[in-house]
Amino acid sequence: MTAPAERRGGGDRGGGDQDGGRRGSSAYGPMPRKEDARFIRGKGTFVDDIALPGMLHGAVLRSPLPHARIISIDTAAAEAHPRVEAVITGRTLAARGLAWMPTLSADVQAVLATDKVRFQGQEVAFVVATDRYSARDALELISVEYEPLPAVIDAARALDPGAPVIRDDLAGQPDNHIFDWEAGDKAATDAIFTAADVVVAQDMLYPRTHPAPLETCGTVADMDPVSGRLTVWSTTQAPHAHRTLYALVTGLPEHKIRVVSPDIGGGFGNKVPIYPAYLCAIIGSIVTGRPVKWIEDRSENLMSTTFARDYHMHGEIAAAADGRILALRASVLADHGAFNATAQPSKFPAGFFHMFTGSYDLRAAHCAVTAVYTNKAPGGVAYSCSFRITEAVYLVERLVDLLAGELGTDPAELRMKNLLRPEQFPYTCPTGWEYDSGDYPQALQLAMDMAGYPELRREQAAKRERGEYMGIGISFFTEGVGAGPRKHMDILGLGMADGADLRVHPTGKAVLGVSCQTQGQGHETTFAQIVAAELGLSPDDVDVVHGDTDRTPFGLGTYGSRSTPVSGAAAAMVARKVRERAKIIAAAMLEVSPDDLTWADGRWQVRGDPEKARGIAEIAMAAHGALELPDGVEGHLNAETVYDPPNLTYPFGAYICVTDVDPGTGQVKVRRFIAVDDCGVRINPMIVEGQVHGGLADGVGMALMQVIAFDAAGNCLGGSFMDYLLPTSVECPSWELGETCTPSPHHPIGAKGIGESATVGSPPAVVNSVLDALAPFGIRHADMPLTPANVWSALQGRPLRTDLAVP
Amino acid sequence: MKLTVHVNGASYTREVEPRLLLIHFLRDELRLTGSHWGCDTSNCGACVVWLDETPVKSCTVLAAMADGHRVRTVEGLGRGGDLDPVQQGFAQCHGLQCGFCTPGMMLTARWLLDRNPDPSPAEIREALSGQICRCTGYENIVRSVLWASKHEASMHAESMHAESMHAESGPEASRPEASGPEASGPEASGPEASGPEASGPEASGPEASKHAESGPEESGHEASKHAESGPGASGPEASGHGAAGREPWGAGGDDAAREVPA
Repeated sequence: MTAPAERRGGGDRGGGDQDGGRRGSSAYGPMPRKEDARFIRGKGTFVDDIALPGMLHGAVLRSPLPHARIISIDTAAAEAHPRVEAVITGRTLAARGLAWMPTLSADVQAVLATDKVRFQGQEVAFVVATDRYSARDALELISVEYEPLPAVIDAARALDPGAPVIRDDLAGQPDNHIFDWEAGDKAATDAIFTAADVVVAQDMLYPRTHPAPLETCGTVADMDPVSGRLTVWSTTQAPHAHRTLYALVTGLPEHKIRVVSPDIGGGFGNKVPIYPAYLCAIIGSIVTGRPVKWIEDRSENLMSTTFARDYHMHGEIAAAADGRILALRASVLADHGAFNATAQPSKFPAGFFHMFTGSYDLRAAHCAVTAVYTNKAPGGVAYSCSFRITEAVYLVERLVDLLAGELGTDPAELRMKNLLRPEQFPYTCPTGWEYDSGDYPQALQLAMDMAGYPELRREQAAKRERGEYMGIGISFFTEGVGAGPRKHMDILGLGMADGADLRVHPTGKAVLGVSCQTQGQGHETTFAQIVAAELGLSPDDVDVVHGDTDRTPFGLGTYGSRSTPVSGAAAAMVARKVRERAKIIAAAMLEVSPDDLTWADGRWQVRGDPEKARGIAEIAMAAHGALELPDGVEGHLNAETVYDPPNLTYPFGAYICVTDVDPGTGQVKVRRFIAVDDCGVRINPMIVEGQVHGGLADGVGMALMQVIAFDAAGNCLGGSFMDYLLPTSVECPSWELGETCTPSPHHPIGAKGIGESATVGSPPAVVNSVLDALAPFGIRHADMPLTPANVWSALQGRPLRTDLAVP
Repeated sequence: MKLTVHVNGASYTREVEPRLLLIHFLRDELRLTGSHWGCDTSNCGACVVWLDETPVKSCTVLAAMADGHRVRTVEGLGRGGDLDPVQQGFAQCHGLQCGFCTPGMMLTARWLLDRNPDPSPAEIREALSGQICRCTGYENIVRSVLWASKHEASMHAESMHAESMHAESGPEASRPEASGPEASGPEASGPEASGPEASGPEASGPEASKHAESGPEESGHEASKHAESGPGASGPEASGHGAAGREPWGAGGDDAAREVPA
């Protein structure tokens, strides 16, 4: 049953009220964030804010070449620098068996290069000095002799016979091939294509981009030589997983390792992996006996930390003459960089790309992905991609628009005709995903109403008469988030279930420990709201503890929009356990049977006698007191749980983007962006909308300006914000938001998660809009980013290959 | 080299390398970690602070260039425990998520509102166009600044009303606008113009001084007393009121002299 659709346009949100009166069932709703108090005062604690007594500073020497043999490294001059405490090289690490470390994809990655460097920016040496400027000075005193090797830059050339073999460190690796993977029914799909009335095919690139959180990556590693305890403050989205990995890699006992994520200035998947320099800082601390801080600069962040996308896709869509979409097929060449370090559940090497079936009722689908090594930084799964669903949605939404063009049908009408219907849910798509709930046509209709779709089409026609070019682009997306059921989903063998623990103090205040890790998503507020709603408390009465592995239960962290679906569920379930325990104690207090009690107005009340009731605070005091407790009930008022989600959750949305394109300059202006999102139950609508706003900006950026490009020699051309352009307040319109609500049937509070939806759904809306504007010129397709140069070149009939500098 | 920088109303004298960037001086030397460092090409604006009356990217300013000058950081927004309306606006309107760009955004917003108390959304976007946010998509930042401007307008209107009530009860009730030569700061602010740093223990390392050491640039107590409360200055909530009666932040003056209108 779908809640009525709601339009929520721009306009003054006004202020959330102070909390007073917001408790129990009214705990959900837009309230200002608890965490803001420190950030608006500049009192956050980010990793670089940490200063420990005796702390030293690390810096990384990086390879200028994309592929080269290391002939020699001379560190004598650096070691002689008066402020340098240590210089670590690959050889130093190799002696301890630490020169290589496992990646999140069952490959290995160099910590510091030993035999060869394999991408420009790769870590070659680590200097530890008394201050950050001296550490950087000392890098220039290290002399490395390289023998340059031919580099593999173009993924399409990586499997050419005779291509240089990048991973000669791997025994039995004859070439640059990593894996082949496929999903769906090839025979059934091919049969449909052969018989179909209409088939449209298109190559399209989702270029290499980078999440570029405003805070770069960094760590402070502190190995206490007396206690043998290692404390690592780090920009990590998954502190517990990092702790376990550090134990496995270093051999340090896990109970003596503490990982702390303090405040994190944005993650977006960039802060999921363990980077070589984190390990170097740990080793630096072990070697010097002092804390070592390492913070990368922006160039290092862009050149060496996990990039996103770089999927070279070939997609085909088969339809009947009347516009019914029948099948989809795709083949993908995936550029993984020099090491396979993508972060996704281990059984899904191409992530969830096979959700490319999208939001439509298809008969069959098949996709095949081939992954290759290239001489570039490792990564690929990052930047709010929901494990490659960004790539999948881009592919299907572009194909649907291309089909509309081929058929001469309006793209909104074509989508409406083919969207899954509410009665089809739960729906198992041809590649095996079970979508939990959704009313897709309602969302699309709301977006069209908010946009004034028919008026826009009329305006477009009138403008075309005058030689002005505006475009209307649609994207309808289905997300799959909240990984995931542990029997199917693990990262490096760690099942993707999340723990939560809840403790209610004698005076009725609660402390919730969660395993997830906010990087701005507002968990200190939303998770307090979840517990408050379950226990009849105010969110101010609930403290959320996160980020410190010594104080929180195990879990897999925050990425893939999984916090609300998994940890949020865990929070609700642990609160319900506490409430059930409280029921038994309340019954003892009231001298009734627990069966006589009902939960209402935030209290356990005697059915039919509401004055006889006890709230959580009173129950907590009794639970810590001398009240005689029934058999089977322990004292105090605590609980813990591990939540193993039964399925992913499936948020979805309908987006419409209006652009104006200047054919003389190729410049694109995003005039309007209408976004209707359905993420099920919204705990805090203000925070949900903020998440959407941020992702929509990603769409403008990726569609129009962001790319990490390389030249033929392998030089990274996106190594600074002068080249890797990000949207500012001026490029972004005032977002117009709407909502529908189809709760998730399997989630304890019906919530689905929202963090990545807008990043997933928005780029195709912008690209479709620009190409819609350029339709009169007969341009079928042009790749992102649609910079003015790229648009102009497409208009001249010469679309650029945007990931390489050579045309 | 030795330099003296007046930060948020307190003076700091330090021995530093000539190449030390202002952002690192603030963060590492003075431990004012509210200003952040996000890029190496002066593009992102996480490091924005005020140098005298102008927002600058402190990653592209040498500490030496601030020698003898005034610097205002996020720690210098608001006064005492009170928040600047810009800070309140950001909290009310969800203008921040991770908080990393926020200090820079707020300092530019404060500067904008001082000069343009009623900006349009387009003017706000233009003013912030040199700074990047990766989380918010900018919409709620714009709304936060609009909230602050409306809040300051209504505070000003209230105090103008109170002022006119006062005027009926005698000439001494009306006070001059803050109009001294330095009166260009954003709000009624006494010596601890910018929050606890000017007076609290963390404001001063051993060498920091908020007392008049010597020299004309000292921005401690010698600053003019008249530069205190204009018509809008009233009580703890009045932490800002737009253009009228603006105080030179960090300029000094005696806070106790500010009166709360009846």
